[in-house]
Amino acid sequence: MRVRAQMSMLFHLDKCIGCHTCSVACKNLWTDREGAEYMWWNNVETRPGTGYPVGWEDQDHYKGGWKRDKKGKLKLTLHSKGGGVAKAFYNPSLPELEDYYDPFTFKYGDLFTGPAQEQQATAIPISKITGQPVEISSGPNWDDDLGGSDTYAKNDVSMQGVTQEVRAQMEELERVVMNYLPRICNHCLNPACVGACPSGAIYKRAEDGVVLVNEDKCRGWRQCVSACPYKKVYYNWTTGKSEKCILCFPRMETGQAPACAHSCVGRIRYMGVLLYDADKIEEMASSPEDELLQAQMDMILDPNDPQVIAAAKASGIDDGWMDSARRSPVYRFVKDWGLALPLHPEYRTGAMMFYIPPLSPIVSTIEEGLVRLDLPSERRDFELLDELDKARMPVQYLANLFSIGDQEPIRHILKKMLSVRSYKRRQSVDNAATGQVDQATIDMLADAGLDEQMAEDIYRLTTLPTIEDRFVFPPYHREVAIEELNDPLSAKGSTGFGYLASPKRGA
Amino acid sequence: MTSNDFLFGVIPYVVGVLAIIVTILRWRMRQFTVSSLSSQLLESRKLYWGSIPFHWGLSIILTLHFIALIIPQAFELWNGAPLRLYLLEITGLALGLWALFGICVLIWRRYSDQRVMTVTTKSDLLVLGVVLVQIITGVWIAIGYRWGSYWGTAVFVPYVRSLFYFQPNPDLVAALPWVLKTHVLSFFAFLAVFPFTRLVHIITLPLQYFARPWQKVVANRTPSTPDFEPNTTGGSRAPVVVGADDSRV
Repeated sequence: MRVRAQMSMLFHLDKCIGCHTCSVACKNLWTDREGAEYMWWNNVETRPGTGYPVGWEDQDHYKGGWKRDKKGKLKLTLHSKGGGVAKAFYNPSLPELEDYYDPFTFKYGDLFTGPAQEQQATAIPISKITGQPVEISSGPNWDDDLGGSDTYAKNDVSMQGVTQEVRAQMEELERVVMNYLPRICNHCLNPACVGACPSGAIYKRAEDGVVLVNEDKCRGWRQCVSACPYKKVYYNWTTGKSEKCILCFPRMETGQAPACAHSCVGRIRYMGVLLYDADKIEEMASSPEDELLQAQMDMILDPNDPQVIAAAKASGIDDGWMDSARRSPVYRFVKDWGLALPLHPEYRTGAMMFYIPPLSPIVSTIEEGLVRLDLPSERRDFELLDELDKARMPVQYLANLFSIGDQEPIRHILKKMLSVRSYKRRQSVDNAATGQVDQATIDMLADAGLDEQMAEDIYRLTTLPTIEDRFVFPPYHREVAIEELNDPLSAKGSTGFGYLASPKRGA
Repeated sequence: MTSNDFLFGVIPYVVGVLAIIVTILRWRMRQFTVSSLSSQLLESRKLYWGSIPFHWGLSIILTLHFIALIIPQAFELWNGAPLRLYLLEITGLALGLWALFGICVLIWRRYSDQRVMTVTTKSDLLVLGVVLVQIITGVWIAIGYRWGSYWGTAVFVPYVRSLFYFQPNPDLVAALPWVLKTHVLSFFAFLAVFPFTRLVHIITLPLQYFARPWQKVVANRTPSTPDFEPNTTGGSRAPVVVGADDSRV
C-alpha cells in the first residue's frame, strides 16, 4: 500500500444557486490576462445543457479520457504515443475557439466620446483578440437557466439513456427542470492530460495531488486540451502554453480556501484531505465499466484504520496531514455517509472532486388551472422516498452524470438526503415541543442506511457549517520544502522567487 | 576575400555558432519562450490544409538531405539503377510541391484570418519568408537541374565536409548556378534565424515521450520512501524529485 494524500473538493449541488460568484472570483484572480480571457478554470453550467465548452461530454468528438480495450488494458482515447507525436502538427480533436467563445469586451470609450445625438450612445461589443466588433453568439454561460430549451438541453450528451417519455416530461414548459453544475479541474488520480502530454510538462504534485502544467516545459502541442475529458486544460493563444486550474495551491499552502470555494455564496463547497492507495490506480482505472465507480470509491482509505496510519507513515505522510485527513469534511460526505460521487467516472481518470446530487421537487401537472402533484392523496408529506421516479430531475439523468448510468447509487443517495430532511422536519416541526421522533422515522433512517446521530451530523454539516468545518487544510510546511530547494543562507538578501522574466510570448 | 569566400566560407561558421550558442542560452535562460506557438485554437480548417503538408513535406525532405550529406554512399548505391533514381526524384519533387502548397496555404491563412493576423509577429513573417525561398529554390532545382540526388552528392558533400573539417573550401561551390547558391544561402539564413524565432521548436520534438510512463508525479520535498526517484528539472531551478509512474500502461 502506497498511501498518498489528495486535496479534494466537494460540491453540495443541493445548495448551489448558480450565481457564478465562484467563476468570477477565479477569473479575477487567475485568468484576467491576454490569452486567458476565454479560460474559465471554474465555470457553472445549467444542466441539462451543453456546458462549456459546448458539448464537452461528447467524447466521440473530443476523444477525452481513457478507455479499456478488449484485453482489459487501459488506453488513452486520444492517441497512442506515436500518434500523439505524429499529430503534433495538427490535432484533429482540438476544440476551436467557436466551441468556447470569442472573448469580448465593450467599447466603453464611445459612451464618452460619441457625438451628440438623439439617442443615448451605446458601447458596442468588440473581440478581445482582434479588437474588431463582434456579434456575440455564445459564451461561457450562454445557456444559463435554459434548462428546457431546444437548443441546449436537447443537445446534452448526458440525456442519452433518458427515455422519450421522461424527456417529453422534462421539455413540457410547466415541468421544465434544471440544476447547476459548478466545475473545476478534477485533479484526477489518473489524469489523461498528464498521459497525453508529449513534453512531460504536466504532472501531479505528490504531496497534495494538484495537477499542474510546468509552463517552462510546455511546448504547445495541445494534446492535453483534447485528452482532458472535462475540457479543463486551456491553451493560451498568446503565450503558446497550456494552462489549467491550480486548485489555488498558493492559497492552500497558506491555509486559505481556493478562491472559488472561499467566495461561494451558497457555501456549497467543502475541502479536505482524502487518502488513497497509489498502487491501485491502474487496477481501478482499467476495471470493467460496471465495477468502475465502486473501484474508485474503494481506493479512498480510512484515515482511522491503524493499517492505513502505519502505511501512511511509511509513505512519508506527516502527522499533521493525517490529523487533517481524519477531520476532512469531504471524507465524511464521501465515505462515512456515502452521499457524494465523482463526475463522469466512466472517463477512467479517477476524478477527485465529488458531487452530492441535487434533490428536486416532485413532478406536478396542471389540470383545469390547478396544480396537481403526482402523489397519492393520502400522502401530503412530500415524501419521495419510495417514488423517486416522481422527482422532477430524472434519476436516470443524474445517473448519467455521476454513476455511469447506474440509477442505484443515485437512488441510494437521494433516499438518504430525503430521509434526513424528513427526520429533521418531524423532529423540529411536527414534534417541535419534545424534539423526539417516532419509531417509524427511525426505521426510515435505518432503511436509508443512517442512524439518528448520522442524520444529525449530516444536517449540521450541510446547513450549519462554519468556515472551519467546511475547509480543513493540512499544514503544508512550505518552509521545510523551501529550505530543501533553496539554501536560506545563500538566498539571504535576495528578493522574490519564481520567474525572473515576465511570461511573454516567445518569437 | 571574394564575396563567394565570405558567403560560403565565413557565413556558415557565423550562423552555426549563433544557432548553437543562442539556442543553448535561450533554452537555459528563457525556456518559457520555447513553444510551437500553435494558432490552431484560433483557426483550424485552413491550418489542416497548410500545416500537415508543410511539416511532413519539409521534415521528410530535410531528413533526406541530411542522409545524403552524411552517408552519400547510401544515395549512390540506391541510384545505381535508373528506375530507382526516377523514383527518388519524383518522390522528392512531390514532397517539395506538397510543402510548397502547405506554406502557401499557411501564408494565405495568416493574411486572411483576422485572429491569426493578430498573433502574427514580424518574426513569424521572417520565418515564412526564409522557408518559402528555400522551398521555391528547392523545387526549382528539382525541375530545372534534374537528378540532384545523383550529382548533389558529388557537388555538395565535399563542400559540406570541408566546413566540418574546419578547412572551408568555398571554391567548390563558386561555379554553381545562382539558384543552387540561393538554396544553400537560404539554409544559412534559416540557421541564423533559427535560435531567435519559433523555429527553435524543432529541437523540442518530444521523443522522450516514448520512453516515459504515462503518469508523472513530482514531489517538492524529498520523501523518505523509494516511492519517487531523485531527478532534476532543467534550467536553473534547484533539484526537485521526480516521481515514478502510477499506472504503467
